[in-house]
Amino acid sequence: MNSQTSPAIELRGASKAFRTPSGALHTAVRDLDLTVGRGEFVAVVGPTGCGKSTTLTLVSGLEEPTEGEVLVAGEPVRGIGDKVGFVFQQDAVFPWRTVLSNVMAGPRFRGVPKAEAKERAREWLARVGLSSFEDRYPHQLSGGMRKRVALAATFVNDPEILLMDEPFSALDVQTRALMSDELLELWAGTGASVVFVTHDLEESIALADKVVVMTAGPATVKEVFEIDLPRPRKVEQVRMEPRFIEIYREIWSSLGEEVRITRERGAVNVA
Amino acid sequence: MSPETVTAPAASPVKTERTQARARAARNRKYLVLASRVALLFAVLGLWEWLARAAVIDPFNFSMPSKIWDQIHTWVVDGTAQGSLWEQIWYTLYEALLGWIIGVVAGVLLGIALGRIRFLADVLGPYIKVLNALPRIVLAPIFLIWFGLGPASKVASAVVLVFFPVFFNAFQGAREVDRNLVANSRILGASNRQVTFQVVIPSATSWIFTSLHVSFGFALIGAIVGEYIGATKGLGLLVAASQGTFNAAGVYAAMAILAVVALLAEGLLTFLEKRLFRWKPAESGADR
Repeated sequence: MNSQTSPAIELRGASKAFRTPSGALHTAVRDLDLTVGRGEFVAVVGPTGCGKSTTLTLVSGLEEPTEGEVLVAGEPVRGIGDKVGFVFQQDAVFPWRTVLSNVMAGPRFRGVPKAEAKERAREWLARVGLSSFEDRYPHQLSGGMRKRVALAATFVNDPEILLMDEPFSALDVQTRALMSDELLELWAGTGASVVFVTHDLEESIALADKVVVMTAGPATVKEVFEIDLPRPRKVEQVRMEPRFIEIYREIWSSLGEEVRITRERGAVNVA
Repeated sequence: MSPETVTAPAASPVKTERTQARARAARNRKYLVLASRVALLFAVLGLWEWLARAAVIDPFNFSMPSKIWDQIHTWVVDGTAQGSLWEQIWYTLYEALLGWIIGVVAGVLLGIALGRIRFLADVLGPYIKVLNALPRIVLAPIFLIWFGLGPASKVASAVVLVFFPVFFNAFQGAREVDRNLVANSRILGASNRQVTFQVVIPSATSWIFTSLHVSFGFALIGAIVGEYIGATKGLGLLVAASQGTFNAAGVYAAMAILAVVALLAEGLLTFLEKRLFRWKPAESGADR
């Protein structure tokens, strides 16, 4: 581990159960142990609906674990910390704010003076290539551009921990590859630790230092794979490398089993 | 290759011609709709006039457009029995507007508060339901007893009519805020207050505005009914007075004036809404 002190994120035996509307107790994650080092990019893959997203809400402080502990920078999580950034699956930009105002929102919420917030927001808009769109409203942008606004709005807060919940799953394939590259570039400058949840194994290998495979729900860590592909990576190119395919096969043999279990359960439920 | 691409170089003059033809067709259609509307209006009014003159319907009870027009003309030129027509319109508008503003402010404040603070909603919820179940127009006579013949009693009945639809919409709007948006703003560092003012209220505005359109109509109803029951001035009193003298034309004339007033107010509200909702995507088919 390359951290000076404690790891960026640590989950120790964390479980989370929800009450379903019918009153039954649904366990989303159970007995979860996961460590993310400082500056590490960790991708979490698992079958659909297994509770990957719940892991992120536990780390962010949006939800509390029913059991176990969640530590961020060695401190137990109590409420939403100011070190965390979160990119959601769906659009979470404010539709009534312009692009610039959306990116300014974070610093303004945190009490940064307007002029400084504007300056920082402009800087990040330039980095995601949206400088000429700062006066537009979100509905006037494409899906990829809205995602860029969301990225800029998250990065402008200088998060030490970046949580991403299938951020690119709503985008078309070409845009997704492009956004992945841009994410890697943006991240490289910040030294933030990333937890990236996805159901796309290719995406996870191309992006991450470490791929965590979750079991079928209730989710827990099944296996962790180190990805030893050299950086900087280009998503479209790295996919073609023999080592990539080797890793893919290795992880898929582990993940495929869980996917099958989930599928069979679904088939039972349908029947 | 498709035939379009083959003929592409020569296509531009053809295309402009076609565009022109299309624009012409669209324009023609607009005129046709407009002309049909006017024709329909004249047909209905003409039929009414003819039926009344031919004594198929009783002109005393049903009046006729020409008489109604004469009545409006008399009111405009000579004034009404209660004073000038403008004064009556102004009184009614003033009562409706004041009642509307009070009702809207109270409804929005309470709706947002209850939508955000669960405890308040749980405690007050049943009482608000009971009050809403009450046919509120029956409160108008009570207000007349409480507040007298002046504007206050009409304002009060307008307020109770306006409050509930606005309240329920604001409440619903505050409840149905996109959860992602709230989660995102909290992650970005927003406090509870900031969530309320910068996320919940803006996203509830479209709900609130929908109720504003409906509720201005209610405010007018409140004012008119209040005046009808007992007043010294106002369009409602005009209706009541005309009815008292069996002047059917007067009742219709007051109705026509009210319709014009309501339409103007509605137009103003739509204009304001358009300015406020620049961030919203233009809805297809919004240009009616």
